[in-house]
Parts: sequence; C-alpha cells; structure tokens
Amino acid sequence: MSILVNKNTRLLVQGITGSEGLFHTKQMVAYGTQVVGGVTPGKGGGWANENIPIFDSVKMAVETTGANTSIIFVPARFAADSIFEAADAGIPFIVCITEGIPVSDMMRVRNYIDQKGVRLLGPNCPGLLTPGEAKVGIIPGDIAIPGNIGIVSRSGTLTYEVLYALKQVGMGSSTTVGIGGDPVNGTNHIDILRMFEDDPKTDKIVMIGEIGGSDEEKAAEFIATKMTKPVVGFIAGQTAPAGKRMGHAGAIIEGGSGSAADKIRALENAGVKVARHPEEIPSLLR
Amino acid sequence: MKLHEYQSKQIFSKYGIKIPKGRVASTASEAKQIAEELGGNVVIKSQVLVGGRGKAGGIKVAKNPDEAEQFATQILGMEIKGLPVRKVLVDEAASIAQEIYLGITNDRAAKKPVIMASSAGGVEIEEVAKTNPEKIYKLHVNPLVGIKDYQARDIAGGINLPREHWNAFSEILKGLWRVYNDYDAELAEINPLVITSDNHLVALDGKMLIDDNSLFRHPELSEMRDTDEDAPSEIEARKFGLTFIKLDGNIGCMVNGAGLAMASMDILKLSGGEPANFLDIGGGASAEKVAAAMRIILSDPNVKAILFNIFGGITRGDEVARGILAAIAEVKPKVPMVVRLVGTNATEGRALLANANMITAETLLEAAQKAVAAAKGELK
Repeated sequence: MSILVNKNTRLLVQGITGSEGLFHTKQMVAYGTQVVGGVTPGKGGGWANENIPIFDSVKMAVETTGANTSIIFVPARFAADSIFEAADAGIPFIVCITEGIPVSDMMRVRNYIDQKGVRLLGPNCPGLLTPGEAKVGIIPGDIAIPGNIGIVSRSGTLTYEVLYALKQVGMGSSTTVGIGGDPVNGTNHIDILRMFEDDPKTDKIVMIGEIGGSDEEKAAEFIATKMTKPVVGFIAGQTAPAGKRMGHAGAIIEGGSGSAADKIRALENAGVKVARHPEEIPSLLR
Repeated sequence: MKLHEYQSKQIFSKYGIKIPKGRVASTASEAKQIAEELGGNVVIKSQVLVGGRGKAGGIKVAKNPDEAEQFATQILGMEIKGLPVRKVLVDEAASIAQEIYLGITNDRAAKKPVIMASSAGGVEIEEVAKTNPEKIYKLHVNPLVGIKDYQARDIAGGINLPREHWNAFSEILKGLWRVYNDYDAELAEINPLVITSDNHLVALDGKMLIDDNSLFRHPELSEMRDTDEDAPSEIEARKFGLTFIKLDGNIGCMVNGAGLAMASMDILKLSGGEPANFLDIGGGASAEKVAAAMRIILSDPNVKAILFNIFGGITRGDEVARGILAAIAEVKPKVPMVVRLVGTNATEGRALLANANMITAETLLEAAQKAVAAAKGELK
C-alpha cells in the first residue's frame, strides 16, 4: 500500500514531446513507472522514447491505453486547458507540474473538477513518488528509499532535502507528495494527511509548509482532532519579510496573516514536533 | 503588478463605470491647463503605488487653476513613503453624500472570487476589517457561473444602500466583475464609490492588482509597469527570469527552489547570520543565469560572503558549477564563498569547483555556519 500512485498506476504524459515532458518521461520509465501513452495535439500516431504511443487527445489516449493517471508538462498558457481535457476524458487523478498558471484559470479549474469528483495535484509541484513502485513527477528517484514515513510538502527542492537527510540515516518513505506552491491548487495538506492516516504502510508523517495562506493552520486543527499517527513539521520562511512573494505565488505574508511564527505555533499546539531546520527532521522522527 | 489610480479608473470607465472628469499630468503647467478646462474646484492627486497618500499631503483640493498649478508643483516634488511622485491626476471635485467600498478579490481558501462591500467606504478595507468587521458584506461567486443580478441586489441590500440606487449599483458591480475577469485581476477595487449630492454613483478612486502570471495575456499592461518601488537589483533579476528579493543582511544567497531558498535564509539566521537576499535560480538553471545571479548579489556592497546551496534535481550540479566559474572569471569577487552541491551531477560539479578556492560543505547546517563565519572574516 501507499497513497495515490503505485505499481498499478497507468500513466499518461500530457506534453510528452516537449523538452521537459520527454526528459522526465525517460526518468519515470527508468524508475519503473508504467507510462502507457503521451498526448501532444498534432503529433498523434507517433512514438515517444521509442515505444510510448502519442495521441492527439486525452480521450483517444484513455480509450486505447486505459490510463488512470495523467501528468501535465505543458506550458502555463495551455495548462488549464490540459487539466479540463484530462478531467473530461475521465482521468480520476491528474498531476500538474507546470509553474506560472494564472490564478483565475486555477479557480475555474478547481471549481470544475470539484463538481466532477476528479483529484488534481498541483500545479507548480514536483509530483509524487512511491519509492520502489512509481515516480509520477520530477522528484529524483535515487534520493529516496522505501519506508514507513509519509511526506507532504508545498516545496520541491526542500522536499528533496528532507528525503536525502532521511536516506542518510536509513529512513525511507511510503509516499512523498508535493502539493505545490500556488495559492489555488487541487490538493492541500489535509487531503494528504487524511490519506496517510488511513494508509497501513505509513506510520509517521512529515509535513513541510511555508509562509502564506492558512493551509498549515487548518492542518494543525485536523492533526489535533483527527489524527493518531505522529507528525513532524517544518515551516520555511521564518525570515521572510511581509508583503513580498518569496518565489512561489502562494508564499506571501499579507494582511498580517500567513507568517511562519503563526503556523509553527499552531502546529506545536496541535502536538506536532516542529524542526528548526530540515536536517533536524530525522532525529525528531525517532 | 499594481496599476495606478488613473490607469485603473480609465479601465473602469471603459466598462461603463462612471468616473470623475479629469486627466493625468506630469508637470504643474499641464495640471493648470487641465484645471482650466474642467473649471471649478479640482482635486490634485499624487499617482504613487502606496496607500496613505492623503495623510502624506499627496491629495489636495484647488479652487482655481493657479492654485492647481501651485499644489501640483508641491506634490510633484514630493516623495511618499520613499516613492517619487512623477504624475498627478487632476479630477473635477465631487460633492459627496455617501462613501461606499466595493472590491473583488481572490479568496485562496475558498478557491473562489469574493465580492466585498461596505457602507464604510473611503478608508482602507483592512482598517474596517479590524475596527468594524460587521460592516463588511462578503459574497463568493462561482467563477464558472459569474455574478448574477440577484447577488448584486443581495449585496446592495446587505450594505443598506437606498433602493433607488440598486440598479445603478448592480451595473457598476457587473462592470467591475468584467474588469476583474478580463484583466485577470487579483484585486479590482473602487474606494470610495460615492453617491454624489445630485444622486449619481461615481468611482472616485480605483485600485487594481494584476496577476503577474497572466501578463502573457496582457502585453499592453506589462508596458505600464511602474518599477519605482522595486530595488534596481530586483528589476535586473526579472530580466533573467530570476526571483530576487533584496534584504538587509550581509550574506548573499543563491539557491534553487523557493522553499529551499527560504529554508536556507532561515538556517543562516538560526546560525547567527543575516541573509542579504532571497534568490531562487529556478529549475534547470543555466550557466548564464547563475552568472547573472552572482553579479546581482555582488552589486550589493553589504555582502560579505555568499552561500550557494544547490540541490540538483532538474538543475544539474555541473551546469551550476560552470556558471559559478564563469561568474568568478567575469566578476572577480573578493568575498569568501561557501558552496554546497547535492543531487544530480553533484560529484561532477564539485570536481569542477575543486580549484576555485571556495569553501565547501556537506550539510546545509555546516554550509550556513561556515557562511556566517566567513562573513565575520573568521574563515577564508
């Protein structure tokens, strides 16, 4: 067991012929992920990475390959369209890596997929990794080993840092999920925490948050009232000034809320051990 | 990006929202001429991208063209919260019976646009939220459906607007909704929306924030960007697709990934240092980008040491190392540099940097502690 992706995942890559899409398709195949097809409008009938069929539309790809998960690498201006397309073609789980999608597009996407009962991870996220089974996204496969720790994070490279620190001391992950740094996304901390709580392979959880919004505060309440498994937390941005976007569109302290101090306090009040820096996380999990 | 009041109001006007007669001026004589054309009392309003212009003396009512010229001269020579006033808006003065607040913004928690209205207009909405939160009426709109007439009536009633104004208010709200949508605004705000003594609804002041991610759809707006409030280094960084924010410390930071960049700043502080900047070189950073980033960091005379923390994923360690070497050759930095490379092609990267006379570190904590020591001159 694991959450969201495993060795039975049948993955479709939207934007498979772009440089990012193709590069990461190869990486995912090398890891052992079942990549069953790709979509690039106008290039249907061709092949990517020698033996992956390319289709003109997600609908055709799903009919032919039985794909049950899709990953999106298309540029920001076309990405919302790609999410709508995947949802309309009946894909139940969509992962969007693309960075820089307008918030207005994402609000329409989110309200649409919620009506359809489709789950979206991202956008502006590194995807997810179930070590030893499937890599759906861009998390480097060699920095993680299988284990019993579930990881959920708003940041990409910061997640790699944590996986790497865990591997150094022989700790591994059940599934690692990057939910992305955008203000309006498909899946939040609580969604993933709930899945980890129900996953028999996950015994402990690491939650990595950052400044901006109130997701971590809500997660703290969820942890306090609904969770039995221990959670270790980390919040990036303790030195960030107010009113400035720290790279991620969602990472901004505004109107006096969203600061790291508030989030850390909320988590500690919920019984979460909060690390002062990423490399302290393994010792707090012991 | 933020739009100026005059830019926002011009957009509102195109969508059928009534604004005062007036024009923008860059010189006092232009302001005088506009005041002559308008006749009567005029308001001279500084156009800077900060709040609190009135309190700072940046908004004045002139009774005649000569006074308009005199006030424009004063205001055009001012700095408000550190920003120079380059333009003034000269508007005909309105006689105000009531001031209303009306704004539409993104509610990230609800994943929907939210309309906010209040009968306590004319002051900043954050202030109303603190002192009289019950005076703000909020309504979420499904972005797939858009605003409906009944919702506009709901809001009008919610702020106790006299019924005679409901139709006019509804048209203004629907116009503002279209502005918010068409321009991918993060905020479209009329404050105050006034009921004049002759019973018209007029947008006296306007504010718009545009989502930077949507600017590919609005090339005409990118050209209107006012960069006065950005540090020169931030403007330079934007050219290279780098996200850079200047801070007050003395340790320059170059990191890939926003979350890791923030965590690296935090750990510097934890180790007794102060970061000089936030810098995310992004995924797949090229040697050229890295060199530009180093130039930008070193343009700050406060910088006494640089910390490089690169976790290779999409970004390759050897590519970053080549960028660092190119930058060193070009910029010839005199400050000590601490480098930590992990992940994809890190071994190759470290080999490239072996002869570059840099301080190396294995862990993030070690790198931060060495950077702090280097900035104090204790490590070279």
